[in-house]
Amino acid sequence: MSSNNNVLVKMNNAGYRHNDKWLVQGVSLSVEKGKIVTLIGPNGSGKSTTAKIALGILKKIDGSVEKYTNKIGYVPQKISVDWTLPLRVYDFMILTENLDEKTIDEALSLTGVIHLKDKSLGNLSGGEFQRVLLARAISKKPELLVLDEPVQGVDFTGEIALYELIKKISDELNCGILLISHDLHTVMSATDHVVCLNGHVCCSGTPIDVAKNTEYKALFGEQASQILTRYEHKHDHVHTIEGEIKKN
Amino acid sequence: MFDDFFIRALVAGLGVAFVTGPLGCFVVWRRLSYFGDTLAHSALLGVTIAYSLEFNIALSVFIISSLIALILVQLQNRTNLPGDALLGLLAHSSLAVGLVVIGFLTFIRFDVMGLLFGDILAVTVNDLYIIWIGGALILLTLRLIWKGLFASTVNYELAEAEGLNPDRAKAIFTILMAAIIAISIKMVGLLLITGMLIIPAAMARNISDSPQKMIIYSIIGGLLSVIIGLFSSLEFNTPSGPSIIAAALFLFVISLFKIKQTIKLKN
Repeated sequence: MSSNNNVLVKMNNAGYRHNDKWLVQGVSLSVEKGKIVTLIGPNGSGKSTTAKIALGILKKIDGSVEKYTNKIGYVPQKISVDWTLPLRVYDFMILTENLDEKTIDEALSLTGVIHLKDKSLGNLSGGEFQRVLLARAISKKPELLVLDEPVQGVDFTGEIALYELIKKISDELNCGILLISHDLHTVMSATDHVVCLNGHVCCSGTPIDVAKNTEYKALFGEQASQILTRYEHKHDHVHTIEGEIKKN
Repeated sequence: MFDDFFIRALVAGLGVAFVTGPLGCFVVWRRLSYFGDTLAHSALLGVTIAYSLEFNIALSVFIISSLIALILVQLQNRTNLPGDALLGLLAHSSLAVGLVVIGFLTFIRFDVMGLLFGDILAVTVNDLYIIWIGGALILLTLRLIWKGLFASTVNYELAEAEGLNPDRAKAIFTILMAAIIAISIKMVGLLLITGMLIIPAAMARNISDSPQKMIIYSIIGGLLSVIIGLFSSLEFNTPSGPSIIAAALFLFVISLFKIKQTIKLKN
């Protein structure tokens, strides 16, 4: 179907309707190996729905989805584990795939929660739980990672560290990432492609293109588009042509 | 050796407990206790059909229970009635229809009490084969669908997204529920089968910190309930099903004290 064999998942004019109400429609996007695609948009704009369409969780959809990989790691937006099910972090790590001890420890160390391995999932704080969710998703070394607001509830420094980790994973595993966030500031800098949603694709392109887009400004306000400009001036170093990093 | 009705009942009960242990955990985790009840109530219809057509009881119960589960899925798709109302509708109407049919079958003498509450005297050597071979098949199947079923019990979307086919696992699990009811109906009786599923599992939850432990404790709890229940049934001449369930309740109450202790220790 696709001439580009780096494509992991491709949505063609996809949409989903629930109770006669369109949650999202007309979304076309593709996630390629080693690339990060970020979905942004206000609450209820269909970000999570779009991710669920891409993952094949929602089946009665409009348009089509082509998936070229089965090695998928997913961090859902919301997950609650009932008290009746006793589940330790370790049990959760091997939920969808059996992993050896070493792989589990590595992933938990990367997200900084190795000390919680034998803790019950129900006793974790929101931020800790988020880190475990991310560790589980990356531990199976997926080709496609779908992260639905992966750092919600994580403290500020942790947030930046986790976004750096996500970027690193994308480079090291050469996996494609579909990232959902409303945290424009931190996210957009590491992203290759931004899709701005508001029930439909309101604009898309490189982070800078999107930030300049008038619809985006209308949606998020003038200030939001200045975040990037400000961000661009915040670099304290430059990359030389030789690949060296020079401090300003 | 199996001449003795008591030994037969014991072997049958232990076989049932091995299967209700793990299945019961899933019933508790997936909040299916009322669903289990509904399937069990419909078993009466299965038994009456088996009697009137001179058909194997376990097989007949299995078919009718599976059929009721199918009807439930259809009803869920066709009406907007809440799930518990549909379950109640099916549970009581199938029980009622079963009892009405019994009324018509005047040429057969029914031990209704035995059907409702279990009858150890009724267990034959043939039943033992059905329980142990059927039980082994149920556990084997559960082992095969474990990954998808367990993952989707924790989170359906995660299981679906990562390619574990939770819908298939759920459908197979429903069949396993019908199967366990079919093989255990003679032992515990149709009104108490759900108790055999959920009470040992609930007891196990109180003393476990991982899913594997909960399943193992649930099995042990079931085995102990059968042993204690049957011996007291023999001793006090009480019906087997209620005695087993009462023993399970006894174990559950003991497990509550264990919880209190651990909570105190934590503070």
